[in-house]
Amino acid sequence: MASHAIDVHDAQENYLEVKGRWSGIFAWIFSTDHKRIGILYLVSIAAFFITAATIGIFMRLEQLTMGPTLMSPDTYNRLFTLHGVIMIFLFIIPGIPAILGNFLLPIQIGAKDVAFPRLNLLSWWLFMIGAILALLTLFLPGGLPDTGWTFYAPYSVRTGSEVSLAVFAAFVLGFSSILTGLNFITTVHRMRAPGMSWFRLPLFVWALYATAWVQILATPMVGITLLLIIFERIFNIGIFNPAQGGDPILYQHLFWIYSHPAVYIMILPGFGVISEIIPTFSRRTIFGYKLIAFSSLSIAIFGSLVWAHHMFVSGQSDLANIIFSFLTFFVAIPTAIKVFNWVATLYKGSIRFEPPLLFVLSSIFLFSIGGFTGLMQATLPINVHIHDTYFVVGHFHYTMFGGTIWALIAGILYWFPKITGKMYNKKWIYWAWALMFIGFNTLYGAMMYMGWKGMPRRYYDHLPEFHTDHVIATVGSWFLYTGILILVGTLLYALYRGAKAEANPWGGTTLEWKTSSPPPLENFEKEPVVEHEPYYHEEAIR
Amino acid sequence: MSHHSHEEVHGVGYGILVLIWLGLVVLTGITVVVSGVHIPAIAVLVALLIAATKSTLVVNYFMHLKYESRIFKIILIMGIVTIAIFIGLTFFDVLFR
Amino acid sequence: MKNIREIALEEHHDFVGAKMGMWLFLLTELILFTGMFLLYSMYRIRYAVDFHNAAMELDVVIGTINTLVLLTSSLTVALGIEALKRRNRKLAKWMVMLTVLFALTFLVNKYFEWSAKIHHGIFPGADELLSRSQGEIIYFNLYYAMTGLHGLHVLIGMGILLWVYFLIARKPSEKVVVASPNVAVLQGAKLVATKGEQEAWVFEEIGDDVSEVEVIVKKDPQKAGIDLPNIIKLENAGLYWHLVDIIWIFLFPLFYLIT
Repeated sequence: MASHAIDVHDAQENYLEVKGRWSGIFAWIFSTDHKRIGILYLVSIAAFFITAATIGIFMRLEQLTMGPTLMSPDTYNRLFTLHGVIMIFLFIIPGIPAILGNFLLPIQIGAKDVAFPRLNLLSWWLFMIGAILALLTLFLPGGLPDTGWTFYAPYSVRTGSEVSLAVFAAFVLGFSSILTGLNFITTVHRMRAPGMSWFRLPLFVWALYATAWVQILATPMVGITLLLIIFERIFNIGIFNPAQGGDPILYQHLFWIYSHPAVYIMILPGFGVISEIIPTFSRRTIFGYKLIAFSSLSIAIFGSLVWAHHMFVSGQSDLANIIFSFLTFFVAIPTAIKVFNWVATLYKGSIRFEPPLLFVLSSIFLFSIGGFTGLMQATLPINVHIHDTYFVVGHFHYTMFGGTIWALIAGILYWFPKITGKMYNKKWIYWAWALMFIGFNTLYGAMMYMGWKGMPRRYYDHLPEFHTDHVIATVGSWFLYTGILILVGTLLYALYRGAKAEANPWGGTTLEWKTSSPPPLENFEKEPVVEHEPYYHEEAIR
Repeated sequence: MSHHSHEEVHGVGYGILVLIWLGLVVLTGITVVVSGVHIPAIAVLVALLIAATKSTLVVNYFMHLKYESRIFKIILIMGIVTIAIFIGLTFFDVLFR
Repeated sequence: MKNIREIALEEHHDFVGAKMGMWLFLLTELILFTGMFLLYSMYRIRYAVDFHNAAMELDVVIGTINTLVLLTSSLTVALGIEALKRRNRKLAKWMVMLTVLFALTFLVNKYFEWSAKIHHGIFPGADELLSRSQGEIIYFNLYYAMTGLHGLHVLIGMGILLWVYFLIARKPSEKVVVASPNVAVLQGAKLVATKGEQEAWVFEEIGDDVSEVEVIVKKDPQKAGIDLPNIIKLENAGLYWHLVDIIWIFLFPLFYLIT
């Protein structure tokens, strides 16, 4: 005999105040409310980020002197592996979709929640289980994996470190990502409010939609790859083992078929955040809405055609090298289209300079540096020289960190008042930004430079000719880390002592700004009816 | 886009389903018999074509795709195109080493 | 405007959305196997002769039987869904159970096949296997990996079908809904009953003196278990099962018929 109470909430209550079946921590970890799930991700992902960033600090400390500084070479290998695994699988890939996407997607399309709320909670649980499994390797005899986050065969099959468990953890995390993508696609197709046609969707939703497709289509490829590593380690099914007729280059194909599109899973949502913030702080509609929407889809498609540009020196055929190099140049085009449209939006706009805009502009700048160096690496002759050097490390930090993460920060700063109902101290954010910007460019600029000169990556030690560069980079890392801590501290302070925020502090025009800060449990008092395009500013300057 | 909780649940019909099954059995027989005939050059192609035909029957009738709205067909096509790209582009390496 | 039952039971079913979610999931399963089909393709090119020779060691008869078993199981689950949609609970139950039994048959056949091979020393890491040529070793590595992962999916599919079977077979229960409503929601609502297609008797108009409403939902034993949510679940279970069938439709010729 089931008993259901009709529980109609008080109209004034927001989602943080609502009392449901559970209380305390359980009200969070058993909640199927997409907003709470977004915050669960925010807290866990922030913790993982700080952990991995701290590991980065220690890696840089090791490079402060030539020869041993703090640790053995073996420990260094395990640290850079863990740094990569956490940053990629536990931070950047889930990052924007899991935190901002979960919180905002339903609200931006006028829905009450996602299509499958319980599946959404399962996604977070799988995420946490994957994280725990990965960290468990620390406590087992083999210890943390020492293969690099790329787990290349044959070393990953032969090494005594706990690769099977680490790789299984990544498998579980992939599953979490897939379920989120599945949820988002169904939500966008099925749950848009009346009047919300496809071309009235906010561009953040377009970005999340394109990303979700990549999550669905690419992630299973790394799933099977990781399973095969486990099969090889445990059952001796030597599919990549030359002694059994196997080909390690095929491992690389399978691995990068996912891992390259993965970087588009990372950046596309970031571009979506930028596309939201720019019209708001230009007080005018976005320039080239359809172009930007379609460019998200194009990036998703083109990005799936270029994976073997990670393999130019692996031993694959010359024809493959030429074809993948050629295809890689194309990927730049849709991204350039976005940048031009953003700039065109700012032009003749009525600019309000606020922290979210500052981080957006920085993100575009930093990503562009990363993007240009990407084009350089797509060029075969250059690639031969800089493959596996710090040039690559600089490149991907400029794109993934400078591009995606600075956009994530911009998004958090933009939607912080909506999510929490509080406002932060803007001056402290500007100080954090300054430290971060100087530190970032010092650290990764130095890396690009020494990589160009030939400093190999994943090396525990370095030659005297690179020593100065390493010291500069390490000092840069201190500035960057300090800036990040100030940023996080400012936001934490605002959570508890911040001023109350209004419903629409920035003058945004998308649906989330038409409901209270924080929103009610079902997002809107009344289901919204959409009547015009998303960035319609009434006092628009044309 | 609003939707109703009581939608028409369209069935296919017992007879058609059994008919499709018969077709699948016949195709299975064909593929087994044909594999005994040694034309190595196109053997794989023929086997794959028959398998694709069988799959098409399963997808369209057993899985109801023929009667579903367009988005479902698009979803499947996205998958097939993706698979073709992954395997196809890898051939440029392995075939030309 | 929702009726009391919908509010009370918080029922909201998006049939199309649920199906869309399942199709997307099936796509991911397809791509999971694609990785191994990719490896098969590449190694087949390199070791064409070895693959041909190794394939001769597989039993085409068992392979064909298994193919027919899975194809028939696809038929039975499709018939079961059809039956459920036509409110034929008995037939639906039979068909689903048959499907489960076919799945079991497949797994038993697989067990015998694998046992025979293992008995002859053809299994991953075995000395006998490793003494063969490179292409043959790869062939059997792929064989175990691919049919193994497929078999695991057969097992999972079986489990899902069994679960749905029990949902359909479940005895009807009386549901008592006790509502302590916010009066603003129910105010002005009417409790309505119909007889056949015809008139509606209005039982009670709910005024602001009402503090609680109790609704008893009794299910017709003949029809219980075959409501829309169960149809959705069986249809999605069927979709999963058909995918398992399709993967085998490709595995069969690629491993057994390349002789």
